[in-house]
Amino acid sequence: MTETATPAVEINALNKWYGAYHALRDVSLSVGRGERVVICGPSGSGKSTLIRCVNGLETAEEGQVLVQGVELKSGDRSIDMVRRSVGMVFQSFNLFPHKTVLENCTLAQVRVAKVPPEEARDRAMYYLEKVRIPDQAGKYPGQLSGGQQQRVAIARALCMDPKVMLFDEPTSALDMEMVGEVLEIMVALAEEGMTMLCVTHEMGFARRVADRIVFMDAGQIVEMAAPEAFFESPQHARTQAFLGRIAH
Amino acid sequence: MNSPPLAEAFVLAHPAPARAAPAARRTPVWRTLFGDAVSSGITLAALAGLLELGPKLVSWGLVRAAWSGPGTACGGQGACWAFLRSKAPFILFGIYPPEQRWRPAAMVAMFVLLALWTLPPSRWTRLTLWLWAGAVAVAVLLMSGGVLGLTPVPTSAWGGLPVTVLLTVLSLAIGFPLGVALALGRRSELPGLRWMSIAVIELVRGLPLVTILFIAAILLPLMLPDGVKLDNLARALAALTVFSAAYLAEVLRGGLQGVGAGQAEAGRALGLSWWATTRLIVLPQAVGNVIPALTNTVVVIVKNTSLVLLVGLFDLLSAGRAALTDPKWPGPYMETYGFVALIYFVICFSISRYALWLERRPAFGASS
Ligand SMILES: Nc1ncnc2c1ncn2[C@@H]1O[C@H](COP(=O)(O)OP(=O)(O)OP(=O)(O)O)[C@@H](O)[C@H]1O
Ligand SMILES: [Mg+2]
Repeated sequence: MTETATPAVEINALNKWYGAYHALRDVSLSVGRGERVVICGPSGSGKSTLIRCVNGLETAEEGQVLVQGVELKSGDRSIDMVRRSVGMVFQSFNLFPHKTVLENCTLAQVRVAKVPPEEARDRAMYYLEKVRIPDQAGKYPGQLSGGQQQRVAIARALCMDPKVMLFDEPTSALDMEMVGEVLEIMVALAEEGMTMLCVTHEMGFARRVADRIVFMDAGQIVEMAAPEAFFESPQHARTQAFLGRIAH
Repeated sequence: MNSPPLAEAFVLAHPAPARAAPAARRTPVWRTLFGDAVSSGITLAALAGLLELGPKLVSWGLVRAAWSGPGTACGGQGACWAFLRSKAPFILFGIYPPEQRWRPAAMVAMFVLLALWTLPPSRWTRLTLWLWAGAVAVAVLLMSGGVLGLTPVPTSAWGGLPVTVLLTVLSLAIGFPLGVALALGRRSELPGLRWMSIAVIELVRGLPLVTILFIAAILLPLMLPDGVKLDNLARALAALTVFSAAYLAEVLRGGLQGVGAGQAEAGRALGLSWWATTRLIVLPQAVGNVIPALTNTVVVIVKNTSLVLLVGLFDLLSAGRAALTDPKWPGPYMETYGFVALIYFVICFSISRYALWLERRPAFGASS
């Protein structure tokens, strides 16, 4: 298989339980390199669980996850390898409050990727500039607005030069007027060809950048389609009901 | 008219310019002291107390005090500062050979300087860690001698402040990492590790320190294999260390509970190992969450070292007591215990002021 033929992320028949609760049921999904996939669905449908399986924050009992052809096995060095090539942005930012914005961005570069501190600084500034907050580099996360914090979180992930970016509802903890500034950054990232797996309810964003939209319900993928088809002619009754609800 | 009238349409016509904040109003002193009946009452009572006690203290401590001379100079109504003057070296250094007292003095000075050097968090580097490790080694060599032409002095002859300092420094230096390990162990997902940590913590916390000291002094030698001899001081140190570790562990566990799961997840997602995540992200925040409680524990540990006198060690407090037994002096308890108390107070008060300052550092996640 050639380099480009291996999908960025491949999920095969994934099954996951929380105790007795069957949270993911036979989920299979393949994300090509440079592809943007948006995952949506009602609360509790397993979107977060699925996306967290991709970088090993959750482990599934059955099935496989491969990132760039490397299979994730729990308690294995493969997880460390995969995490280096996968960036993640959380709903609640999860910036390190005891580190400055700059330190948030350099910490893993220096500790994990062994980048020399000087270079790590330069990279951090480059990405902070990209998310348009280079002037906040010396501040602590607590001094920033939610939108600014989330942009720092994106920069922090980008500093590790990820091949795949995971977003778990990156804008749902934000006030209305800050959603736009974060989405803008994500659109720019998508336009640069980043492989993105993004859980979001921002349908405008989905329409604009997604190559494919995945709709989940009750731990299963119910429907998967290109944005146009997904919004204009949803096939499954549950998709129709979901879209009907969020349209108003 | 710039404020919107209630329940009517309103469009802002003139934006209000930003003005400087008004000067903070300060309550005048007289109002603090005599503002109301309760304040007046407290102020008057305090004044009465001062008027009653003040002259007595001045008379005892200054006017009638004996400042110098032999034991016969004391015995009047005043304080016997002459005693402290003649006995201070003994209280500070115990029965350590008098002509060698520069050695414990140098050791204490070294630790004080090192502690001052370590105050700012920016100095908490690997270098500082090595400095401390080196200082402990130097301290032990300096005190015990037998190298570089230093006269050997057995630990049974060590005493006074150096013993207190050494026990405090070592029981904290070894107890803190042990406490971290126990706290992490207690929260571990591995059942074996978790149960072992719980057992150690609960066992140690369930026993009075005195009991642990006696166990270490009497039972430990019996349990050790033949031929292995553990010094008296080392045994007391072992007891103080496990005691500190158990208490620090519980305080730290409280701090760990206050760090959201998202922090560790973010660290792991960035590829940091479990240990790097714990050390660089989780622990600093956990410590920052519980600085007041940690300070409290540390201060208690400092004072707890005085209990080693019960197993025959000669710390600062025991040295003070021993000094008082000299028949040539009339036994000035107030002065001696006051002197010892002052030393403990300076140490403990410095620790709590430092902790207060540390608490406000953003390096511990204090929101600014
Ligand atoms: N750690 C856990 N322990 C037990 N059950 C869990 C755990 N995490 C998630 N679940 C359950 O698994 C199901 C899927 O959760 P998940 O967080 O993946 O949903 P989601 O689609 O991301 O929902 P939301 O839109 O609310 O974020 C939910 O029913 C949830 O209650
Ligand atoms: Mg979720």
